Amino acid sequence: MSDTHTTEPVLKIEGLSIAYEPGRYAVKDVSATVRRNSITAIMGPSGCGKSTLLRAMNRMHELYPNIETKGDILLDGQSIFSMSVIELRRKVGMVFQRPNPFPNMTIYENVVAGYSLNDIRLKKNQRDEIVENALRNVTLWDEVKEFLFRKGTFLSGGQQQRLCVARAIAFNPEVLLLDEPTSALDPIATSKIEDLLGELKQKYTLVLVTHNMSQAARISDDSMFMYLGELVESGRTETLFTTPKDPRTEAYLTGKFG
Amino acid sequence: MDNLLINNISRRNRTNARLKYIIIAGAVITVVPIFLIVGNLALKGYRQINMAFFTEPAPDTFQAMMATSSGEVIPGGIANGLIGSLLMVLVASLVSIPLGLMTGVYLYENGTKRYANFIRSLTEILQGVPSIILGIIAYLWIVKNITRGYSALAGSTALTIMMLPLIIRSTEETMKMIPVTIREAAFALGTPYYKMVIKVLIPVSFSGLATGVLLALSRILGETAPLMLTALGSPSVSLDLTNPVSAVPLLIWDFYNDPNMVNLVWSASLFLMVFVLSMNLLSRSIASKHKYI
Repeated sequence: MSDTHTTEPVLKIEGLSIAYEPGRYAVKDVSATVRRNSITAIMGPSGCGKSTLLRAMNRMHELYPNIETKGDILLDGQSIFSMSVIELRRKVGMVFQRPNPFPNMTIYENVVAGYSLNDIRLKKNQRDEIVENALRNVTLWDEVKEFLFRKGTFLSGGQQQRLCVARAIAFNPEVLLLDEPTSALDPIATSKIEDLLGELKQKYTLVLVTHNMSQAARISDDSMFMYLGELVESGRTETLFTTPKDPRTEAYLTGKFG
Repeated sequence: MDNLLINNISRRNRTNARLKYIIIAGAVITVVPIFLIVGNLALKGYRQINMAFFTEPAPDTFQAMMATSSGEVIPGGIANGLIGSLLMVLVASLVSIPLGLMTGVYLYENGTKRYANFIRSLTEILQGVPSIILGIIAYLWIVKNITRGYSALAGSTALTIMMLPLIIRSTEETMKMIPVTIREAAFALGTPYYKMVIKVLIPVSFSGLATGVLLALSRILGETAPLMLTALGSPSVSLDLTNPVSAVPLLIWDFYNDPNMVNLVWSASLFLMVFVLSMNLLSRSIASKHKYI
């Protein structure tokens, strides 16, 4: 990575507003940037629009009917709304709250699902390489290399979630969006995922929604605090947690609401 | 106080035991008729079942009379009915399975919209239409206007209309069980909608879909009334869609009406029963083998 790359933001959100129904905004006029090779945590109480904002970053929010989007999000300077969804989602991958490997596919097939579902033909050795690399990157390889051709759903919850991360990074995306990826996992599996995210930021840019503040404090470089659809405050995690500028941020961080 | 409690518990235990026996008795009462049916058919019909039963068309009255009077097994078989049934069921499946799957997926995707509700109600009504009426409709459409005579095509049409609502309902119900997160996983990988349906929804729900289709098939295999008005029946094996064909249930009806062929009624019924039962069992084994949700 060159220096210009590390300074210039990967994602630039410009005046983004999203309404599920006309006039009812879930995200209100949010502007923010996401730095390359960092972990950005989006925090806030339930219903503050943090998941919607995250989903907007690869246009998954468009799956809801009658959605209204204003403003723009730039990925490397290009508006994501001008890209094809397929191209965008290859560059911006996503991991969900609950592990969701495809139940009809084996572990191996799950990792290369992004290719097979889009009819991208690969040679067998290319596929093998992608599978091994992705699984090594999520530290799952040693645990599953004997069972690559068993169904992904036979793994434990934490392993399934790492498989889902592997599936997302098999496409070699620039950005990985994670929607509360550890909220359905036990503490040990959670700490494994957290360690993994620390490793992954060497290669990818991570954006993480969490309502676990200590998780945000532990692993993120930058933080955004959202409340009632507004982006109240954003900046370096250290600064935001120690000297919040906005009284609402402080109230949330000290547990007065949320 | 203690005594009261103990009395109460022993009374509850007695009630529990009584209820348990009532439930077991109910289960036995339900199961016994199935064994009686199969047993009866097997006892009366096994003698006629041989190679010729599957490879030769139905005998004529004279042949049957000669055999019965000399105490022999009636010659011939049900090949004309078997081939006719398979032909019509095949054609009906070719139309109703893709159409039913598509409509089912459509209803599932558009669940609460008004036109989806409208189509769903229509499907339910269609499921309730007596099969003889579907026969009359197929007679009017196909026999009168297209093939200008009784035909396998008309029979298939009636059977198609019977299968459709069954497949549509089972498809929708199966799809409803797929967690939304699985769809999201596919979309998040950039999968276009139609590929998501073909490569994720359908394979994931395969067991449910296959069960629905096989149950619909076993349902129409035994249909007689609509075929009387459409396929009519034929003494010879025919693969021509524009000509009349026979079907196993039609043959049973024919045999029943001919005093010389009564023995064949039992054999043909036994065959139909076993065929439908094995279809059910097959659907079960598929369902458990490919169950993902």
